[in-house]
Amino acid sequence: MPTFTMRIFRGDTARGEFRDYRVEAEEGMVVLDVIHRVQATQAPDLAVRWNCKAGKCGSCSAEVDGRPRLMCMTRMELFSEREPVTVAPIRAFPLIRDLVTDVSFNFEKAKTIPPLRLKPPEPDGTYRMMQEDIDRIQEFHKCIECFLCQDVCHVIRDHEENKRAFAGPRVFIKVASLEMHPLDTRDRTEFVRATASVGLCNITKCCTEVCPEGIHITDNAIIPLKERMADSFDPIVWLLRKFRGQTTQPA
Amino acid sequence: MNGHAVSQARPPIAAAHLRKDTWWALPLAVVGVLTSFIVYSTWAALQNAHYFVAPYLSPFYSPCLSKSCLHLTLGRGLPEFTVPIIGVVSPALLILWGPALFRLTCYYYRKAYYRSFWLAPVACAVRDVKAGYTGETRFPLILQNFHRYAWYVAVVFIVFLTWDAILAFRFPDGFGIGVGTLVMWLNVILLAGYTFSCHSCRHICGGHVDVFSKSPTRYTLWHVISRLNERHPMYAWLSLGSVGLTDLYIRLVSMGVIRDLRLL
Ligand code: SF4
Ligand code: SF4
Ligand code: FES
Ligand code: FES
Repeated sequence: MPTFTMRIFRGDTARGEFRDYRVEAEEGMVVLDVIHRVQATQAPDLAVRWNCKAGKCGSCSAEVDGRPRLMCMTRMELFSEREPVTVAPIRAFPLIRDLVTDVSFNFEKAKTIPPLRLKPPEPDGTYRMMQEDIDRIQEFHKCIECFLCQDVCHVIRDHEENKRAFAGPRVFIKVASLEMHPLDTRDRTEFVRATASVGLCNITKCCTEVCPEGIHITDNAIIPLKERMADSFDPIVWLLRKFRGQTTQPA
Repeated sequence: MNGHAVSQARPPIAAAHLRKDTWWALPLAVVGVLTSFIVYSTWAALQNAHYFVAPYLSPFYSPCLSKSCLHLTLGRGLPEFTVPIIGVVSPALLILWGPALFRLTCYYYRKAYYRSFWLAPVACAVRDVKAGYTGETRFPLILQNFHRYAWYVAVVFIVFLTWDAILAFRFPDGFGIGVGTLVMWLNVILLAGYTFSCHSCRHICGGHVDVFSKSPTRYTLWHVISRLNERHPMYAWLSLGSVGLTDLYIRLVSMGVIRDLRLL
């Protein structure tokens, strides 16, 4: 049975260090299994957050060998026995202890999003949507709120001061899903520009790279939001809109 | 935003990154390729010679809008420019700002050079090299949001380059096909692939619509462009290569270094 050296971050904000644990891994085991084995056999006080072990709850986010990942979806086969495998907490957020961080930043940002404002119903009192109207936003609904995208985003990861202004990729897909909603009447472009500061994103796509749900965050949400923002200073779009009559109102 | 989670301390890990893979290889390759292209295209643009050999015109020198240039037919009926810089300065310099701005403001190239040249971030989960960061919120980077204007210009270029590729069938002795003809067609196809897979194109052609079922044509268009858009990075690199190599091919034929093989 392969034996790995797991180099796990232990400690809190006052004092922390990486500690090595030798642990056996059976075939098919994931990082979370190995962490649990460490917890069961060598470090009963090791703090780790998890829930579903199926890549669906978004709790077990960590940085394995420096890359943001879900521990429950990262197989040990990826790593070599010859080198230690480092497991660190997601670094963009305040540490609680060991592998557990406080991700409430993300929930606070989510509260700022202007909610859906429905169109009036059709004459028969119902709402109708066609499949093609919502295909695009269904991709965004796959989000499991693991916040790996928020963690990897250099805008806040490497520049703490931007946390006040910048909402982050997770928030942008939520905004995009409302903004592109066929029944919504709100215009969130000013929110996207001024409150969520989409301009801070330099579309370097790390959020997309780490998303365990494979959501095309940058291409399908952030860039379209930047383009919607650009509509407001495109005279051609302005003329076309004048021609057809404006359909959305500011948030 | 309340300060709750903002003010508390992060994990005390000092290392700029903990990655063990070869994350530096890709940015390094991008620096190599982009620098070579910029050096070659600047050199080629300054030559003001060997950009035309019947019936091929280098994409760096298209469109030829003055009688003083060597183009096959567009000279007819065109004004004889007497602006003093023409003839002194290479016409390529009057042309290349269009495609250059288009690529400079392209969402994909922005990603590529922000990572490789700006080092913000050089790779994911590797710390930014510079301390301060304002992204695209200030001048001059805020102007990146005008990318769509560069796209409007790029579409015009596609029209000209297609015209050039059509003329590449017209040899001095009549209709024909040479290796150069195929090179020019491949180049224009890749450039069109790049131009029509653009994110701004995707938005303008249909992405801005919220209720697709009410705009079926735009929906179809958006759908097709979205498929192309998935391959935008591939088109970006292939067309960059093809545009340089097309110029090189025509240049070498014109200089007599190689002979263009006539296929038909
Ligand atoms: S693409 Fe933008 S939001 Fe996503 S990680 Fe990069 S800077 Fe952050
Ligand atoms: S968008 Fe992806 S990476 Fe971000 S929170 Fe949702 S599932 Fe996680
Ligand atoms: S434990 Fe639920 S996503 Fe990993
Ligand atoms: S050309 Fe790349 S996004 Fe427009």
